[in-house]
Parts: sequence; structure tokens; C-alpha cells
Amino acid sequence: MSKSFEKGLSDHDPSEQSQLEKLLDESQQIQGVSLWQDAWRRLKRNHVAYRSLHMLIGLALLAILTPLIPLQSPIDKDLNDRQFLPPTLEQSSMGSRVGLKFKDGQLTAQLQRVESQIADLRTELATVSTEEARNEIEQAIKQKQTVSHPFNQLWHNLGSISWAMCRARVAIFGDYAIPSICGTDQLGRDVLSRIMWGARVSLTVGIVATLVSLLIGVSYGAIAGYFGGWIDAVMMRIVDTLYSVPFIFVVIFIMTFLGEDSVKKQLEQIGVNQLTVFYLIIGAIYWLTMSRVVRGQVLSLKNEQFVEAARTIGASPARIVFRHLVPNVLGVVIVYLTLTIPAVMLFEAFLSFLGLGVSPPDVSWGLLLKDGVDALSSVKLFWWMVVFPGAALALTLFALNFLGDGLRDALDPKMKNKD
Amino acid sequence: MSDVLSFIGKRLLWMIATLWLVYTVSFVLMRLAPGGPFSSERKVPPAIERQMEARYNLDGSYLEQYFDYLGGIVTKGDLGWSLRLEDYSVNEVIAQGLPVSASLAVFALIFATVLGVTAGVISAVYRGTIADTSMMVAAVVGIAVPNFVLASVAILLFVFGLEIFPAAGWGTLKQVLLPAICLGAPVAAYIARLARTGMLESLSREHVRTAIAKGLPKSAVIFKHVLPGAMLPVVSYLGPATARVLTGSLVLEQIFALPGIGSHFINAALQRDYTLAMGMVLTYTVILFVMNSIVDLSYAIIDPRVKLQ
Repeated sequence: MSKSFEKGLSDHDPSEQSQLEKLLDESQQIQGVSLWQDAWRRLKRNHVAYRSLHMLIGLALLAILTPLIPLQSPIDKDLNDRQFLPPTLEQSSMGSRVGLKFKDGQLTAQLQRVESQIADLRTELATVSTEEARNEIEQAIKQKQTVSHPFNQLWHNLGSISWAMCRARVAIFGDYAIPSICGTDQLGRDVLSRIMWGARVSLTVGIVATLVSLLIGVSYGAIAGYFGGWIDAVMMRIVDTLYSVPFIFVVIFIMTFLGEDSVKKQLEQIGVNQLTVFYLIIGAIYWLTMSRVVRGQVLSLKNEQFVEAARTIGASPARIVFRHLVPNVLGVVIVYLTLTIPAVMLFEAFLSFLGLGVSPPDVSWGLLLKDGVDALSSVKLFWWMVVFPGAALALTLFALNFLGDGLRDALDPKMKNKD
Repeated sequence: MSDVLSFIGKRLLWMIATLWLVYTVSFVLMRLAPGGPFSSERKVPPAIERQMEARYNLDGSYLEQYFDYLGGIVTKGDLGWSLRLEDYSVNEVIAQGLPVSASLAVFALIFATVLGVTAGVISAVYRGTIADTSMMVAAVVGIAVPNFVLASVAILLFVFGLEIFPAAGWGTLKQVLLPAICLGAPVAAYIARLARTGMLESLSREHVRTAIAKGLPKSAVIFKHVLPGAMLPVVSYLGPATARVLTGSLVLEQIFALPGIGSHFINAALQRDYTLAMGMVLTYTVILFVMNSIVDLSYAIIDPRVKLQ
């Protein structure tokens, strides 16, 4: 090959030269396959894992867009005749419960009424001049917007984006609501709607807590592995010690502590709600295994040539750890991530069962399952209260597990460019 | 032998350090929470509250309380009186409840290991068959369904539906079985997956190929050459598995109404029963630490390459 190449250069044989040019063109068209491209290709070929990925993306979209879906209210209780209704296809419409006292028994009509009232108050506000009357009207407007607004009676604590989505939903679907195809619970609330709203909390717990654990675990493990020596010994000893701490008890202490009313108020003053602290605590206890895994990887990587090269050109240890080593352990981390999310979600369910997790009127899958299990008795079978939330949780965890397994196979460097 | 002894000695020192850490953290967390054991529900006159606090050594400064209680534990092994349970010392509560919780946990772990390893080995040996697929699907179900849901459904099915097991109570083997199975099921599922992966990896090793090539019977190859190597991940999981079983028993003892120590803990924490909660945490820490050490030790025995530190 090289001989003919030299000959080609010296002799300027036209036919040979064109052949060489063709070869050169061809070689430029060949592209290297990065580990990620290769992994993606292999993941696509693994049907179960690929379907799982699709399902999870679909679920995440549904959870994000929940306020747009014409579901019944997740918190509006109806103790008169809607308790423990089995799954039904019977028509339902928003705001039809008598106790709500909505105009014409319609959400749209009531919404219009309250909004016109607010508009009236606004025009009045423009006409009055004294400070006192002004304050009074502003108070009235605020009261209308927060307390008696129909959205606040049907939903709990909507953020501004969810509020806008609810508004869009009313504009699109009017008073139509999906019938209670998953039945209703012990307080007459629609189970389907609660599952969808619960998905938002459960998925957020899973993702946020896992990200927190990722952040702590990866930094800790990478630093311990890179510096080695006594730093590594001390840091890993700490992890070993923490493994023997029964964290569930620490969590229970903290949750009872946070459940205290005076503490809750203090937290609200600094703008943190209980749910956020909940995410952070769970994240803060799930990093141990992650740090061990990352440390092991970094230990085997740190003597590679690219690290030597980075050190030679004077990169700082922080740069080497976070720019050169961490990206290389990303594969393992992602696999572990997909397996941590299910663990965290189960932990949330567990805490909710003990009454230490998400507290009503917020709703999560764990809480729904607790309600369902409480309603299970040998006398009457309210099976729909367990089966549907349980299926939602189990399917999500299935998908995450299968995706994790698929990713592990796909990212395994030993499998690169095979099958 | 000497390295085993020095390992145990070192571990004991570490255990003391860990216990002290746990004691301190729990102490701080408990005292940080507003409200004391005598401040809720019925309001007692302040004078009586002071008396009661003096009786239980809660009247000193936090630092005094910290060292008093610690001194009692270290010198006499005395965890104090429960502040909420009438006429019970914490030692008595643990002495009564621990055998129940421990036997439940041991049964659950044995069940989980036996079932998990069997399922894992079978599905690895018969890889790709229906048996493999169905067992691995069952394993994922076991991982994906929360413990308390499984237990409630099991009660409904086996106690009320088929009437195979007694409803509640404690003492006979039959009464232990159902809670232990429910407690062990998720762990069994996890172990099955670990065992299967380990088996598959070990099956593709060269020494196994050699063993097959020289004509050893299949059972000898699997049990003598494949299984020991495949068990390493399972053994190392037994530490976390213990933690999981202990955590799960909190819920299961509640559902099955078992008189173990798990059911006490949550109430103790909720009602600010400082002494009882502390006793529980320290007990669980000791169990977890001992179990982790046993796992490390057996790891070194199974795999000669692992050195005890």
C-alpha cells in the first residue's frame, strides 16, 4: 500500500493517481462511531428497553401536561353519593357538584362570573381615590383571586404555568371531564385524576432526589478515586461507616421534625416547602453506592494516558477530575441512575405509607397506594383503589428497570461494534 | 487466622466510633425538634412537668443530658426508661421485641437467598427458555411492587381467601411464614437478578470451558466451578439486603400486627420518646454493622484474592 503510494507520487501515473484519490475520498467518508452512537444503535435493537424508553418519555409528557388534560378535580371531595364508586363510563362535568355552589353547576359559568366580578372591582378601583377604599378593594380582588376562584377550589396550589394550562384546558374542553374510568376513592375523588397529578410528584421525587444523589456521589467518588492515598482511605472509610447507619431512622426523625407546625412556618418564610426538603433528604442518603461505583471507575482510569497528558500540560486537579474523568464514567453513572430512580420512588411510597412522606392535599403514588391498602378489606373489595395506582407505579418501575438493563448492555465497552 | 482476628478487632473499634456518631446525630436531631415528650396532648401543670423532667434527667442542659445518657449506656448498658410506654425500660422493650424482629429478618433473608439463588441459577443455566423469561419477569414484579401492597394483597389472598395462614399472632412457624415471605420477596427478586448475571458471566469464563471440555458432568461444572464465582455479587448484596429487610420490617410489623421492635420505632419518634427511639437506632446500627462485617469476612473467605483490611 505505502509502496504503491510512493510510486504514485514519483511517477504521476494518472490512472493510479485517480485510484488513490478515490481511496482518499472513500476514507474521508468513513466516520468513526463514538461510544454513544454505538450504544444508541444497540439500545434501539433491544426492543424491550427501547419501548421502555418510549413509555417513560410518554409518561413524562403526560405528567408535564396533566393540567391540560380534561381530568376531574383531584382534590374536590364528594361525600354524598360518589364514595367508592367502581370504574364507570358515566358522563361527568366540571363543577357539577352541588356543594361547590358554582353558577349553573358549570365551571365555565362560574369562571366567567368570578372573572367579571374581578373586572368590575378593577374598574371600581380606578374610580375611587381615598387610600382606605383602595386598600379595601384590593383586598377584595385578592380574596376573589385566591380563595373563591373556582380553580383554587378544584386544584391545590397551582403554579403559574399550571394555572395557565388549566385555563387553556377550560378554553379547549369547556366543562367536559373524562368519566371516572378508574373509580373514585373513599372521599369521592376521581382516582384517574389523582394518579395523573400524583405522577407529577412521584416522578419529581424520583428525578430530583436522584440528581441530588448523583451530584454528591459523583463528586465524592471522583475526588476520592483521583487523589487516592490517605484522602481516599479516609473518604471511603466514612462511606463504609455511613453504610452501617440505619438511614431510615434519620429520615423519620427529620420528617417528624419537619412535620411540626412551627418548623413548617419557618420553612415557608424562607420559601422552602416540605416537599423540597423531602427531595433533598432522600437524595442525600442515596449517594453512597454511587460514590463507590464512581471511585472504582476513576481508580482504573486515572493512570490512563489522557490523564497524564492533561497533567503534563498543567491542568489543575479539579479540571482533570471534572473535565476528563467524570465524562468517562458517565456511562456507568447513567446506568446506575436509571436504577436509583425506582429505588427512590419505592422509598417515597414507603414513607408515604408510614405517613411521613407527601402530606395531603398534595398527592403521590405512594399516598394513593396507602389509601388503597387502607380501603382493602375482606368485606368489600375496592380493588380499583389499589390496582390502578399500583399498576402505574409498577409499570414505571418496570420501564426504568428494563431501560437500565438495556443501557448497561448498550454501554458495555466490551460489546462495542459487536452484533 | 491472625488477620481475621485483627480484622474483627478493627471492626469493633469502628463500630464504637459509628455508634458514637449515630448517638450524637440522633441526639441532636431529637432535641432540635420542638416539643418534648411531656409537652403534647393533655397539658400538665408546669410544676409537675418539671418534676417529671427531673425524674427522667431531662432538666439539665443539653450537654449534661448528652453525657449523662451516654455515660449510662457505656458504663451500665442502660438505655433508660421509656418515656411513653408505661413501666417499661428501653432494655426490656428491646429484649421483648428483638427476638421477634430478628427471627422475622432471619427467615426473610434465608427465604430470599434460597429462592433468589435457585431462580438465578436455573434461569442462567436455561438461558432464553420460557422458564428463564418467566422467572425474570417475576423478579422484576418483585422489585417493582412496594412491600406493603404485596403484604396487603397476600393477607387478602392467603388469610381471608384461601385461609392457608392464620390472620395474626406470633409464635408458631406458620405465623412467621407469611410475613417473612412478604418481607423477603423483593430481596429474593434482586438476588435472583444478581445471581443470574453472575452465573452468566462465570459461565463464559475459560476455566468453565475447560471443565466442560474435559467431560465433567454438567452438575459438577455448575456447582463446583461456576457457582462459587457467581455468588460474589450476591454475598456483597447481603449487607444492603439486611438494611432493606430491617427497613421493610417497620412496615410489615405494622401490617401483620407483630410485637417486634420495628413497630415501636415510628411511634417513639413521633411521640418524642427520646430514650426508646435512641435505643432502637443504636440496636439497628449494631445489627447492620455486624451484618456488614460478616459479609466482608465471608467475602474474603470465598474469594482468596480479596484481602482483609
